[in-house]
Amino acid sequence: MARRELPEINAGSMADIAFLLLIFFLVTTTMDTDGGLTRKLPPMPEEQLEDLPEVKQRNVFEVLVNANDQLLVEGQLMLVSELREAAKEFIVSNPAREDLPEFKLTDIELMGKDYPVSKQIISLQNDRGTSYEMYIKVQNELVAAYNDLRDELGNTKFGANFDDLTEEQRDAIKEVYPQRISEAEPKSIGN
Amino acid sequence: MSKFKKKTGNRQPAISTASLPDIVFMLLFFFMVTTVMREVDLLVEVATPSATEITKLENKALVSYIYIGKPMGALKKTLGEEPRIQLNDAFANKSDILQWVEMEKNRRDEAEIPRITWSIKVDAETKMGIVTDVKQELRKANALKINYSTMETDKIVD
Repeated sequence: MARRELPEINAGSMADIAFLLLIFFLVTTTMDTDGGLTRKLPPMPEEQLEDLPEVKQRNVFEVLVNANDQLLVEGQLMLVSELREAAKEFIVSNPAREDLPEFKLTDIELMGKDYPVSKQIISLQNDRGTSYEMYIKVQNELVAAYNDLRDELGNTKFGANFDDLTEEQRDAIKEVYPQRISEAEPKSIGN
Repeated sequence: MSKFKKKTGNRQPAISTASLPDIVFMLLFFFMVTTVMREVDLLVEVATPSATEITKLENKALVSYIYIGKPMGALKKTLGEEPRIQLNDAFANKSDILQWVEMEKNRRDEAEIPRITWSIKVDAETKMGIVTDVKQELRKANALKINYSTMETDKIVD
């Protein structure tokens, strides 16, 4: 060993430096899980529609929220926690009952011919004084009602939750339970 | 020669830590790439309510944000407690929304315009009046795909 080797630079502290940077980024990272309730607004009507389609009272699930954040569903005072079940019962409907929506026989791929689809519409109206929190709760419960029913149907028909189905299967279920939440212009009574 | 023979005793060789920096750097790059620095300074307090039926916003580049809430701490003294609208970095009136929507649309490719999601971040205590006005303006501007930004929770309480 005649040749003197250069002393190697100690790389041991490299890890420390990298760790320091790593921890900085770990701390500053905001894994912004940005999510929320996605809704589609109705387009502005070009001109005032004259002949609005008639909708029968029994096909409409009326949800009203007043400025005191109280909930009135089909004329009855209700708590937010009860809304989901009530909405589900309404959406599924029952041919034996007069007060629940009518059915329309529709041909749906994968579901068969003349599948009875209920003509449900949920009408939501709030006051200008309603708190946003309450509004979101109500919206959430209504969306949840649809999602629950879609999952249930997915499980009985295709043996999987709605999200795990194929595109065609999802479309079929969407046709059975179309999300129809109509928002009326808010009133302004108690601001 | 036996002079140089290594002792094969019961001493185990030390695990080389030479690759440790590589591993750490890999993690570092991952976090550097995924980190999103907050792009706007919030001027309003936004504590969004929570909901259970959340859909995630996938494409961040195609999301525009509207904030509604009370002015932040120090601004409260001059501006009062009335909820306000914030677009980008400044306060705005509802009449500004139309123009802002057009600006946001122009920023993107034409093909992507229908896929823009308009995320509305509203403080839970805000009254619906101002939110409705904003929604109405968005309808006028033909910005229809909206998202009520919420936190995630397991259960809704009354």
